Amino acid sequence: MSEQALAPVSSGNSPKFSGGPATSGASKTRSSKWIANQRKLAPWLFLAPGVVMFLVYVIAPIGQSLWISLYEWDGIGVKTFIGIANYIELIDDEAFYTALYNNVLWLVLYMLAVPAGLLIAIFLNQTVTGIRIYKSLFFFPFVISQIVVGLIFSWFYAPNFGLFTKLLEFMGVEGIAILADERFVTYGIIVAGLWPQIAYCMILYLTGLNNVSPDQIEAARLDGAKGWKMLWYVIIPQLRPATFIAVVVTIIGALRSFDLVSIMTSGGPYGSSRVLSYYMYEQALSEYGFRMGYGASIAVVLFAIMMVFITLFIVRMLKDEREGY
Amino acid sequence: MFNFSKVAASGFAAAFMISSSAYAAGDLIINLDQTDPAPKKAFEDIVAGFSKENPDVNVIVNTMHKEGYKTSIRNFLTADAPDLATWYAGNRMAPFVNAGLFEDVSDVWEENGLNEQLKSAAASMTIDGKKWGVPYTYYQWGIYYRKDIFEEKGIAVPTSWDELVAASAKLKAAGIDPFTIGTKALWPTGGWFDYMNLRVNGYEFHMDLTAGKVPYTDPRVKATFDKWAELVKPGYYNANHAALDWQEAVPALVQGKAAMYLMGNFAVDVFKNGGLKEEQIGFMQFPEITPGIPMAEDAPTDTIHIPANAKNKEDAKKFLAYMARADVQTATNVTLGQLPVNSGAERPEERILQQGFDMLSNAYALAQFYDRDAPAAMAKAGMEGFQEFMVKPERADAILDRLEKIRTRVYK
Repeated sequence: MSEQALAPVSSGNSPKFSGGPATSGASKTRSSKWIANQRKLAPWLFLAPGVVMFLVYVIAPIGQSLWISLYEWDGIGVKTFIGIANYIELIDDEAFYTALYNNVLWLVLYMLAVPAGLLIAIFLNQTVTGIRIYKSLFFFPFVISQIVVGLIFSWFYAPNFGLFTKLLEFMGVEGIAILADERFVTYGIIVAGLWPQIAYCMILYLTGLNNVSPDQIEAARLDGAKGWKMLWYVIIPQLRPATFIAVVVTIIGALRSFDLVSIMTSGGPYGSSRVLSYYMYEQALSEYGFRMGYGASIAVVLFAIMMVFITLFIVRMLKDEREGY
Repeated sequence: MFNFSKVAASGFAAAFMISSSAYAAGDLIINLDQTDPAPKKAFEDIVAGFSKENPDVNVIVNTMHKEGYKTSIRNFLTADAPDLATWYAGNRMAPFVNAGLFEDVSDVWEENGLNEQLKSAAASMTIDGKKWGVPYTYYQWGIYYRKDIFEEKGIAVPTSWDELVAASAKLKAAGIDPFTIGTKALWPTGGWFDYMNLRVNGYEFHMDLTAGKVPYTDPRVKATFDKWAELVKPGYYNANHAALDWQEAVPALVQGKAAMYLMGNFAVDVFKNGGLKEEQIGFMQFPEITPGIPMAEDAPTDTIHIPANAKNKEDAKKFLAYMARADVQTATNVTLGQLPVNSGAERPEERILQQGFDMLSNAYALAQFYDRDAPAAMAKAGMEGFQEFMVKPERADAILDRLEKIRTRVYK
């Protein structure tokens, strides 16, 4: 049975089989059609599992979110169509603007991870005994879970017993409860987020530095370049692919900064450290939420913002591919 | 290796059992949100007692973590309903009742005389004139204070608002925070607002407000905030409370850095575990503010319900009737360290519980709690506003304007 079942499949791969005795006239034309088109079809067949997954788990939910955002729905009761009322409410919602502002803050400040990562990578890119240990230690924050990072920093900032408070007191400044102060809370969380993100950028640059061509450095040195000039005109241009990836992962990291906000402050005090992703979760899924439609409309806005970056990323990638990077 | 596969197999079997609907006829599945030692023990005793009286019923208990339960209940009520599920009274159960996910159990109340025995909680279990579950415990809220500190500073237990403010001033002058609180999780602020509003404007007004009938910009709400500001503005609360959970605010009380804590009775256990001795802990009713207004109290009620999609409703109703019984509620609440709802139950023996029992027996009316009386979206925004007020009291007007905007949207 298995041999018969396998036959049509193997026929595609072995041309000599097409003339074999087991093939009837009808399947002969079919298999010759298959042979004629297999170069065209094969990529699609190979892509099919991925495409199906992508459709089911990415495209369909995006469509559903758009759809739900037009409804008023608590997740269990009756759905009521309300058109774009959720979006109109969003325009008039102070909490939404706070979250949006914080998202921008995240995007801008998170970018510090890229130069900081580069700096550490250059610093670590030397041959000293035990440098691998140092590299691993610097990479360590990226290995531990974001939740753990959040907890560590919560204790670090904790009023009364936190290391940060003690440090301030040691310097003669009165301790500030970073996570309870609307002025500092978002910065406090971003710093916590930067810690692993810098490590990530560092590792990207470390691999990038391995590929820097020694000939060019040699040539530049002969031409008298050193220090900043060497870095700016010779090293950094060669690190372009690494920089590109570092920027992209950092942007995406900033936009999905959900876990740290959730674990460190739950969006507080009184909502001043919320970001869009957290606000969406709060409205749609948290203990007091269950406004699926409103949550979905926030998700759509966040998606629109991400789309800008994703488009830039893809355009850039296509361009690079055509130019043969 | 053999052991491992055995474990894995039994794990699969368990997973299969939970997800499958192929239960035997006599099975009764209960979903519980109590993982703390005392409540867990209390439920084990209930189940043991019930099984003894109904040997043909096989009770299966699924215990879940309290916070996770609050979100998972929405899934299991619709997808894979147990026969019984714990929840809360008041507006907190309204979404499930309105969505038709809880079973009407008015007949259980009728047949077992619960309308009389559970009278004090009847109102909070009623929606559309029907009963939707059975209350099995509640507990008082009030001000817990350090008796020894009060004695040392020569402070008498305040019985009026002025005395409370004066006592606070005295404590503050002595370098002690009058009140400790942790508002990170928001809900502790709800207790404060409830009491301020109940004492300034009375029970009816408070209920109208949480039912959305009164605007938050009403001058009476403003009056509540003004009174509250008398404690907030001079700094009578611990600093940085927005960074603390309610448990994290307890050490200040234990170490004598703070003298009072407005909380529910479940906190007493935490005080004692923290190192406070029985005789150091005092309990007082929240003092009167507007003279002549009858004193209503916060007394959140925990309840148990039959999901509409339950498979074994017959035994589930038996179980409800069992849990409502006076003797069972007495025993349960001794273990829980809380108060029985059944009026035929015995008076607790513990001192603070007795105080609470007497206070609630004489209470003019009982409120559930801000986040159970008000619908979820309002409660969240409201408590966030209260937290902001406790940090930035000067923003009171802006906060109330914002809450009013949300009120008009939530109660359409």
